[in-house]
Amino acid sequence: MLGYLIEKEFKQIFRDKILTKIILVFPFIALILLPYAANFEVKNVRLVVVDNDKTSYSSELIHKLLANKSIVFTAIKPTYNSALDLIESDKADMIINIPKDFEKDFLKQKKSDILVATNSVNGTKGSMGAMYALNIISDFADQKTSKLVSINKKGTLEIKPLYQFNRTLDYKFFMVPALMVMILTIICGFLPAFNIVGEKEKGNMEQINVSPITKPVFILSKLIPYWVIGTIVISIGFLVARFFYGIIPMGSIFTIYLFSFVFILSVSGLGLILSNYASSYQQAVFMMFFFIMILILMSGLYTPFNSMPPWAQVIGSFSPLKYFIEVMRNIYLKGSTLMELLPQLLIMIGFVFLINTWAILSYRKKS
Amino acid sequence: MKQLLSFTKKEFLHIFRDTWTMMIILVLPVVMMLLFGYAVTTEIKNTNIGVLDLSKDELSIKIIDRIDKSEYFSLKKNYSSFKEVESSFRRSEVGVVIVFDENFSENLLHLNNAEIQVIADASDPNSAKTLVNYVSNIIAQSLKDLNKAPQSNYQITPELKLLYNPLMKSSYNFVPGVMGFIIILVCAMMTSISIVREKERGTMELLLASPTKPIVIIISKVAPYFFISIINIITIFFVSYFIMGVPINGNILWISLLCLIYIFVSLSLGILISTIANTQLIALVVSAILLLMPSMLLSGMLFSVESMPVVLRGIAQIMPAKWFISAIRKLIIMGVDLKYVLKELGVLVFMGVVFLTISIKKFKKRLE
Repeated sequence: MLGYLIEKEFKQIFRDKILTKIILVFPFIALILLPYAANFEVKNVRLVVVDNDKTSYSSELIHKLLANKSIVFTAIKPTYNSALDLIESDKADMIINIPKDFEKDFLKQKKSDILVATNSVNGTKGSMGAMYALNIISDFADQKTSKLVSINKKGTLEIKPLYQFNRTLDYKFFMVPALMVMILTIICGFLPAFNIVGEKEKGNMEQINVSPITKPVFILSKLIPYWVIGTIVISIGFLVARFFYGIIPMGSIFTIYLFSFVFILSVSGLGLILSNYASSYQQAVFMMFFFIMILILMSGLYTPFNSMPPWAQVIGSFSPLKYFIEVMRNIYLKGSTLMELLPQLLIMIGFVFLINTWAILSYRKKS
Repeated sequence: MKQLLSFTKKEFLHIFRDTWTMMIILVLPVVMMLLFGYAVTTEIKNTNIGVLDLSKDELSIKIIDRIDKSEYFSLKKNYSSFKEVESSFRRSEVGVVIVFDENFSENLLHLNNAEIQVIADASDPNSAKTLVNYVSNIIAQSLKDLNKAPQSNYQITPELKLLYNPLMKSSYNFVPGVMGFIIILVCAMMTSISIVREKERGTMELLLASPTKPIVIIISKVAPYFFISIINIITIFFVSYFIMGVPINGNILWISLLCLIYIFVSLSLGILISTIANTQLIALVVSAILLLMPSMLLSGMLFSVESMPVVLRGIAQIMPAKWFISAIRKLIIMGVDLKYVLKELGVLVFMGVVFLTISIKKFKKRLE
């Protein structure tokens, strides 16, 4: 019985050209585009300069600022207000206002001022832009100082940073393994939900309900195809990571497959639960969207999990995504072994049982 | 006119009967704002650190104590060898490990040259860089207390002005983003699904064969979503103004005008999708993949568009959400004049007209 049902599911899925395309093309495109978008690095800060001093010092400082590859030069404006105008019309992000007598004050009073103003509607961007500028300015001051006086350095302490597991500090290495989890969630969570709701809308569900098919068999016949599809999706992910980004897992690929088998069962089960409650596409979409959005945002995919307040961490720890994302990053970048990830595996297996029992219980043959 | 009213009433009934969907649509913006406002943060706090202190002298203990006391770190592990450090990282127990050499303070005080190694888990490079910065600052501070740091004589004192958002509230950035996203969701995605459902069930044919004009059908289809999105916008403004303290600096009239234009664009986008898609599944997939995901990622809600590569910036230009968010941000938060958002308004109106024209053409073709 199960065999026939699964055969039917596969035929239905692969007959639908668009669905097949989504399964094969979406992971590919998403993995190529998303890592470039999902990046908190701040680049291309558009700078407008107001130079009231016009001395060799001020122009030297301006050159130093422009030499930074995160800063893009926009214009030189005569007054602060005309520079502010550029910010208001969104043509610039940062103003550096060099006051009159900048050089004179520095040389005579050993102290001079400078104004750095950034558009901080986006707080991160504003403060990062300011950080770049402040660092350059303080470097500039140090450089000038060391030319003017010879300091004799005593008692130096060297702080040696060592960036473990990602020496090149490439953010994409961090995002690609985690985005695979997100894509897997979208495909293996949404599609089964729509699948069952589709059967309901077409009226097929009634026929299945009067047949001798039992609840677990029906649920299994819906789960197994997505298990296979999920495996295809994660394999596409491996290939893109390997050949497009050159990311090779430090740990074992079999451990990843093992975890993804468990993970797919839990998200597909989540989709099935929702589809049991929803009666139309619109309902299923919104419920699914609502929960998946919360799960994704709280899973530590884009923002650090430990920075969330305690109540949010409690909610987040009920998300299978949180664990699988952690596992993927650990295996890919740190080469963690199955033994080291055992706690995560046990929790995820727990989710599978919990979610799928719920799915079977909530599927009612009578409405 | 009477026809239009009764059709609209039918659509409203359809939607309000579906309590689950209604509840989610009305609650969604609030949940999103609470998540972005109180849960999700890019700031780095409570990082677990480990220490491999081979010297165990007064100075190293002092530094460790100081790091542990700061709000960013809490000391979790004390190691005795490098081997333990490695495995601890792989279990992701700690984010940073600080290593003090043997004879650390002796080296510092007598040889004037000592070394502290800060090993960061750089799988998240951004956090790693920030953490290393924090640790270095704390160590430098501890040394300053020992009067060991060199002092420079000449200084430039920068004055820092964080324009429009001096308190660096993240809500200033995500409130416009949530607005742009919710309206696309309600107007484009829901509208398209609801029109395509009639197609899929075959009831669209019936409607078209009836003496009702197609325009009446479409307007009545669209009206409830127009209404819901206005409620959503009001909720968002309410939560952001009264709960999150986001100011409304611009002219309310212009803000409302902008919102209406954006709703118009999103609705026409929804109609366009519904003329292309034949099944609800396709309408859904098209709007989710082509609209929702890009609107979330490319609109500057989480990640800044200016920092992305050219291709993605190009894609962002054709997203209505990007233009709306940029304009509403200027109006609400920066409180600028209308003349500074004319470009965004123009682009939005243009997009709306284009979407509508294409869908009317497609619609007519189907009738013939």
